[in-house]
Amino acid sequence: MLSTLNQPQKAALQTKTEELSGSEIVLRALIAEGVETIFGYPGGAIMPIYDALYDYNDQLKHILVRHEQGAIHAAQGFARISGKCGVVFATSGPGATNLVTGLADAQIDSTPVVCITGQVFAHLLGTDAFQETDVINITTPITKWNYQVTDASEIAEVLAKAFYIAKSGRPGPVVIDITKNAQIQKVPFSGYQPCNHIRSYRPKPIVRKEYIQEAAKLINEAERPFVIFGQGVILGQAENEFLKFIEKGGLPAAWTIMGMSAIPTDHPLGVGMLGMHGNYGPNLLTNECDVLIAVGMRFDDRVTGRLDKYAKQAKVIHLDIDPAEIDKNVKATVPVWGDCKETLPLLTELIEQKTYSTWLQKFEDCKLKEQQKVVVPELNPTSDIMTMGEVIRVLNELTEGNAAIVTDVGQHQMVACRYANMNQSKSNITSGGLGTMGFALPAAIGAKFGAPDRTVVAVIGDGGFQMTLQELGTIMQFKPAVKILILNNCFLGMVRQWQQLFHERRYSFVDITSPDFVQVAKGYYIEGARISKREELKDAVKKMLDHDGSYLLEVMVGKENNVFPMVPQGRGVAEIVLGADEV
Amino acid sequence: MSKQEYTITVYTENQIGLLARIAIMFSRRKINIESLNTSSSEVESVHRFTIVIHETEEVVRKLCRQIEKQVEVLKAYYNTDDEIVWQEVALYKVPTDEIAEKVKVERLLRENGARAVLIRKDYTIFETSGHRDETDKLITVLEPYGLIEFVRSARVAIIKNSEGFHKKLRDFELREPGEEVVENEYLGDQEHVFSM
Repeated sequence: MLSTLNQPQKAALQTKTEELSGSEIVLRALIAEGVETIFGYPGGAIMPIYDALYDYNDQLKHILVRHEQGAIHAAQGFARISGKCGVVFATSGPGATNLVTGLADAQIDSTPVVCITGQVFAHLLGTDAFQETDVINITTPITKWNYQVTDASEIAEVLAKAFYIAKSGRPGPVVIDITKNAQIQKVPFSGYQPCNHIRSYRPKPIVRKEYIQEAAKLINEAERPFVIFGQGVILGQAENEFLKFIEKGGLPAAWTIMGMSAIPTDHPLGVGMLGMHGNYGPNLLTNECDVLIAVGMRFDDRVTGRLDKYAKQAKVIHLDIDPAEIDKNVKATVPVWGDCKETLPLLTELIEQKTYSTWLQKFEDCKLKEQQKVVVPELNPTSDIMTMGEVIRVLNELTEGNAAIVTDVGQHQMVACRYANMNQSKSNITSGGLGTMGFALPAAIGAKFGAPDRTVVAVIGDGGFQMTLQELGTIMQFKPAVKILILNNCFLGMVRQWQQLFHERRYSFVDITSPDFVQVAKGYYIEGARISKREELKDAVKKMLDHDGSYLLEVMVGKENNVFPMVPQGRGVAEIVLGADEV
Repeated sequence: MSKQEYTITVYTENQIGLLARIAIMFSRRKINIESLNTSSSEVESVHRFTIVIHETEEVVRKLCRQIEKQVEVLKAYYNTDDEIVWQEVALYKVPTDEIAEKVKVERLLRENGARAVLIRKDYTIFETSGHRDETDKLITVLEPYGLIEFVRSARVAIIKNSEGFHKKLRDFELREPGEEVVENEYLGDQEHVFSM
């Protein structure tokens, strides 16, 4: 194992006992874990750690964000694009509470993040001391694990556990709250031992061959099998195993928003996206397949619509690493517990090589219908008003599907995920489960640090951008080349769409005004442009992509465009509609 | 599926904060905890929660999976009342003069399986253990004599067909555990599962 480590990692692992402060042990632990980038913000209760960081500046890169929420979203973006663990520093009290949204987001989207928060001196705990807050109890429901350290001798072991828990099994966020006295305290330190076993924690359930066999039998007997997959394929680094599985079985496969990019979006067996604003065929045909094979996904309500009208005719095979997901929302006929990197090859071996041309034709027919009614007018509109879809089409043409696209939440998110082309895994970074507006800008900053060689485009709405635009300051200072593409419809578009369709057009507080975004960017020394005419679109996007460094492009799009198809809330997936006239 | 009483037994590491982590799993789902007891177990270092709720089997099963998912939880079981032996302890404080004058203390104790744990001039404390209806009965008996104070403990329960946790714990400590650790409710139930 040692041979795979870099020089600082080796140095940190050496077992010479020395007297170190808790703060320095924190930094040694991070180096030993291979951490290179930290997103953080200093404050009173974490000052000893920042003081120690002053001497480790050459080994650990610290990105000073403008708000702790920005730090954790950046760490999420970093983790999502790199497959590594994101690391955050924040101080006690408000510093820690500002992490809450990001923690909830990372928890529901299974993103590995370790947050280290400062805490008041141990003797002040519970006294309502300055900037004291009960971080452990606040973050308990939104962390995979959390722990408060009050003695420096615990730090190395606790951090080893933190990284192990955050990254293994179904990943998730971990908070380690360290009191100031523990940061200052000096204790003997004799090297860092990574953790790889905790007796009360089983990251992966044992694979049971009998269920693999039953699953293979169901697939082999199926006439209309349908694969639906989620982020589990990406988190399990099982993209190749998954491709072999669907290619051997000739199985049509649709992705959830979180599973997007696990296979290239133009793969012949990729039939599109599931969910409320997913593609027509995958939703409709969920209720026509005879065997539904769910891989690393959790049957979110945005995917299933009404559960009592969801795939009732199908036998369900559910592959998941988290036993608590099996039967949670949809009853599995065959539960395949385990890491899909292990279970998929076992299953592939047992399934027959097949093609289902009649069944695949049904997806084609649905695609054609969706093309005519929705896709063509969205991507190649005939009116003068620009659509979000055509901006994404131009982006596809210019990036050739090689960019990583970070989206915020709302209409632009649905449009980007519906139409963006992606050739490689980990290209779709979005807030799926929590739907956190304000996610995209900081997440894109983190993503650029996580994959400096990739083009990172943050697609953001005019509403979401105003939630975390302070992070332009982080871009100004640390210069990650993030391309910011604001799709401005002068509305909180998704809520407006619902108000139009389900609340008789009573537009209640969705009419949001914006500052001059280009001027705002200019204030941060970031170049930018605003366009409102189609003739300017291609050149403007090209200029944004070609620009050396960050760039902000604001595109004025139609104010009252809607995203379709749509499975209206409370309806079954087969009740998907292609336009407002069908709602 | 109808609701009934379930006793959930959770084996955990002994760690601060775990009670809150487990308790919020119930409150998040709007499930009322009827009784909750924490204690040590037969294994040193392993802690045991006994939780009573009134719910459907499906809800209890999913809940136990979610509880078991917590890092410091070793195992969560759920059982109906006929699968466990359970007891609750109750204490009753009554004025001694009332008892001495009006009731034959001896008979009262015998009939209710109670014993006097403290007798003072001013008051006497009785203790009994049993099921809810048994401890309730003594309240009714003592009320006419000026019951001053009453308290009942949470349920403690032992699963009838459990072999204890010693053996299982060894399995948990192994890196490659046996099948016991990751139990699958479908095991041995395949005919039922594949009957759809």
